[in-house]
Amino acid sequence: MFVYVIRRLLTAIPTLFVIVTMAFFLIRIAPGGPFNQERGLSPEIKANLEAQFGLGDPLWLQYVNYLKNLLHGNFGPSYNLPDFTVTELFAKGLPISIQLGFSALALALFVGGILGIVAALNQNKLGDYSVIALATAGSTIPTFVIAPVIQLLFGLTWKLLPIGGWGDGALINKIGPILTLSLPQIAIVARLMRGSMIESLRSNHIRTARALGLSDWSVVVKHALRGAVLPIVSYAGPAAAALLTGSIIVETIFAIPGVGRYFVDAALNRDYTLVMGTVVVIALFTIAFNLIVDILYAFFDPRVRYD
Amino acid sequence: MLKNMLKATVFATTLALATGAVSMPAFAEVVFNRGNSADPESLDPHKTSTVYEAHILRDLFFGLVMQDQGANLIPGAAESWTVSDDGKVYTFKLRQGATWSDGSPVTAEDFVYSFRRLEDPATGAEYASMLYPIVNAEEVNTGKAKLEDMGVKAVDASTLEVTLKAPTPYFLEMLTHQAAYPVNKAAIEKLGADWIKPGNLVSNGAFTLAEFVPNDHIKLLKNPKFYDAANVKVDVVNYIPTEDRSTAIKRFEAGELDSNDDIPTEQMADLKTKFGDQLRVGAQLGTYYYAMKWDKEPWTNLQLRKAISMAIDRDFIAEKVWQNSMLPSYTMVPPGIEGYTPIAADYADKTQIDREDEAAKILKELGYGPDKPLKMEIRYNTSENHKNTAVAIQEQLKPLGVEVSLVNTDTKTHYGFLEQKGDYDTARVGWIADYKDPETFLGVARKASGNNYSVYNNPKFEEAMDKAAAAGGKPEERMKDMQEAERIVLEDTGFIPILYYSYKNLVSSKLKGFDENVMDVHPTRFISKVE
Repeated sequence: MFVYVIRRLLTAIPTLFVIVTMAFFLIRIAPGGPFNQERGLSPEIKANLEAQFGLGDPLWLQYVNYLKNLLHGNFGPSYNLPDFTVTELFAKGLPISIQLGFSALALALFVGGILGIVAALNQNKLGDYSVIALATAGSTIPTFVIAPVIQLLFGLTWKLLPIGGWGDGALINKIGPILTLSLPQIAIVARLMRGSMIESLRSNHIRTARALGLSDWSVVVKHALRGAVLPIVSYAGPAAAALLTGSIIVETIFAIPGVGRYFVDAALNRDYTLVMGTVVVIALFTIAFNLIVDILYAFFDPRVRYD
Repeated sequence: MLKNMLKATVFATTLALATGAVSMPAFAEVVFNRGNSADPESLDPHKTSTVYEAHILRDLFFGLVMQDQGANLIPGAAESWTVSDDGKVYTFKLRQGATWSDGSPVTAEDFVYSFRRLEDPATGAEYASMLYPIVNAEEVNTGKAKLEDMGVKAVDASTLEVTLKAPTPYFLEMLTHQAAYPVNKAAIEKLGADWIKPGNLVSNGAFTLAEFVPNDHIKLLKNPKFYDAANVKVDVVNYIPTEDRSTAIKRFEAGELDSNDDIPTEQMADLKTKFGDQLRVGAQLGTYYYAMKWDKEPWTNLQLRKAISMAIDRDFIAEKVWQNSMLPSYTMVPPGIEGYTPIAADYADKTQIDREDEAAKILKELGYGPDKPLKMEIRYNTSENHKNTAVAIQEQLKPLGVEVSLVNTDTKTHYGFLEQKGDYDTARVGWIADYKDPETFLGVARKASGNNYSVYNNPKFEEAMDKAAAAGGKPEERMKDMQEAERIVLEDTGFIPILYYSYKNLVSSKLKGFDENVMDVHPTRFISKVE
C-alpha cells in the first residue's frame, strides 16, 4: 500500500508538468494581454509595464523562468492585482473555499446518504418517490437560481441570514453558500445511494445475512452499506476537488472572498500568473482526491488490493 | 463583598445594554458600508486608472488640489497657488503642519518624489500621461530624459514649483486625478512592494488603510492627523466590492450597504418604484460611441459614414435598451463642463424619420440596394447591454439594406484588437472623463492618440486642437477653438456618438453629503450618516 501511494505521488509529477506546460502556452494563444483595457495605453507605457513583469522576454524564456519560480514555490505576482502575489491570494481565499466546500460535501454525503437509504428501503413506495422527486428537482435547478431564492427568502423576507458577505467568517454568513453548494450534491448523492443500496440489498451476502436472522439495522448498516458506498466514494473524489476549490457562481452571488472566482476572472483578465496558479491548485486537488478515492476503495472493498 | 460587586457590575451592564438602544448612537462610531462595483487593481495611486479605484484613493490620499462633494476644485495638500503670467509656472504653497499618517511632515520634496515616481519607467504607471504637461515628464517616461530633468522643484519645504511645457488650463483639474497623489518615499524605500499593505501604508488623506481582504472588503479608518479631521463625520468606511449587481441591490435593501455605485439597468423601472429618491441617476461626463474605421473601404466615404450615423435611432436605444440609464448623444463632449457648450452633429435637430429618409437616399445614390447590399461588422466587448445596443442598430440598419454582422469578444480581446488597429468596420468604445475639460474627449480623436480607434486623421482638426492648446491663457478663445475642433470631428463622422453615460447610485436616505455631480465624485470626508 505504502509503495503504491509513493508510486502514485511520483507519477503525479510528470502529470503536473504536462498540465502546467499546456496551460502556460494555451493562455498565451488567447488574443489581448493583461494590459488591454477600455483606456488604451501608449506603447511606451505598455512597454514599461510589460518590462516590469518580464512580459517583454521571449516566450520560451518566460516559460523557463516560470518553471524555475514554480519549483521554488513562487507563483509570481498577480498582473491584475499587483498588490498581492498569487500565493497571497490563495492563502487568503483557499481556506474560505475549502471550508465552504468541505461543509457542503459533508452535508451532502450525510443528508444525501440517508435519503438514499430511506428511498432504497422503501423502494417504489411513497418515501422512495418523494426522494426521487426531490433529487430530480435538486439536480435540475441551477445554483444561480437557488442562491438568489435563498437570499430573498432567508435574507429579505424572514431576515434570518445576511444577504451576502463573509463577515470575517461568522457562521451565519456561511449558511446560505453551504446550502446552495450542497443542494445539488445532496440530490446526486441520494440518487447514487438509492441505486447502489438497492443493488446491494439484493446481493447474495445480504440474503445470507438475513437468513442468519441478523437484525434489520445490522444488515443495512454493517453489511449492505459497506458495499453500497463504493459508487459514492468514486463520485465524492472528483466532487470534493471541484467543491473545495470554490464555485464562481456561489462566491459571486453571496459575495464570498474565495478562490472560485479566480478561475474565470483570471482567464478573462489574462492574468497569466493567476491562471497558472489556479490550474496548479485544481490539478493538485484532483490528483490528491483521486488517490484518496483509490485508497478508500481498498478500505471498503476487501477484494481491492494495491501491491 | 466581591459577590455584591459582581452583582452590581452585572446589573449595571444589563442596564447599559438595555438602555444602549437609546444612548448608543451618540457614542457609537459611524460606519459607512460603501458598495463599490469592483475591487481596486491596486491601492498604489500610481498604478490605477478606474473610477471605482478613485473613490477609495480619494479617501486615502490628499493631492495638491482635490474635489469637493460637488466635484468642484478645492485646495488639498496645497493651501494656495499662483500661476505665472505665461501660464507655465505653477507655484504651490503647501498646508502648514500637514502630516502623513505616521506623523512625518508632508513636504514639497514628497511631491517631487511622487511626480518623478509616476513618470519613472520602472514604476510602470498606467496613467503616467496625466502629468505629461510638465516639462520633460513624457521624455522621462519614455526613457529620453533623466528623472532630475523633470519640471518639478521643491523651492523650500512647503513650496513646490511645477513648470509646464505649454499653458495647460486644465492642469489643475488633471491634478485632482489619483495619478497626481503623493506617496510616502520613506515607506516605499523601506518596504518595497509591501509598502501598500495594511499596517504599512502611510497616506495623507482623511482616512487610513486598516484592512484589505480581496473580494470582501477594504476597511478605512478616520485619520486623526488629517488637517480637517474635526469635520470628518464618518469613522469607518468599508468599501465592499459588489460585482453581482442583483446581490448588491438586495444587500442595500437589507441595510448591509449604505450605498452602491451601480445597478442592474434592466431593473431600472422596478428599482425606481422600490427605492424612490434613494436611486439617483443623472448625466455623467462620459460618451459611448462607435469608432468607424476611417481608412478602410468603403468607410472612407464621408456620406456613407454619415448615413450610418443618421440611421441610428439613439432615443430608442437609450429608452428601450438602456432603460434611460444612458442618454441619447449627438456630441463628442458631453454637456456639464463649465464654459463649454458642446457642438452637436448637424442632423441632431432633425426628426428620426427625416434622418432615416436622408440615410436611405445617400445609400441609394451610392448604389447600395438589394442587389448590392452594404455589409458592416460591429465589434463589441462582452456585456448584455453592449450586445443589445448592437442588435438594435443591426435592426435599425436592416430596412436600409445594410447587412450588419456582430462580433462579440471579451474585453481584453476587444481592446487588444482595437489597439493593433485590426481589420474592423466599427467598434464600440466608451470614454469617461479623467478631468473636467473638453480636451479629455477631443484628445481621443487626435492622430497621435493611442485611443484613436477610428484611425481618424484630419489636419484641420489637428490644427484646431493645436490652436486651442496655444490659446491656453485665454479660456474663452480656447473653448471656441475646441468647439471648432468638435464641429470638424463630428462633421467627419469618424466617431459616432450614441449615448452619454450616466451615474447610477443607490444612496440610503441616512447619508448626507453624497451629492450628485457630473464626475460622480463622492469624497467620504464630506459624507455623514444619521441613524
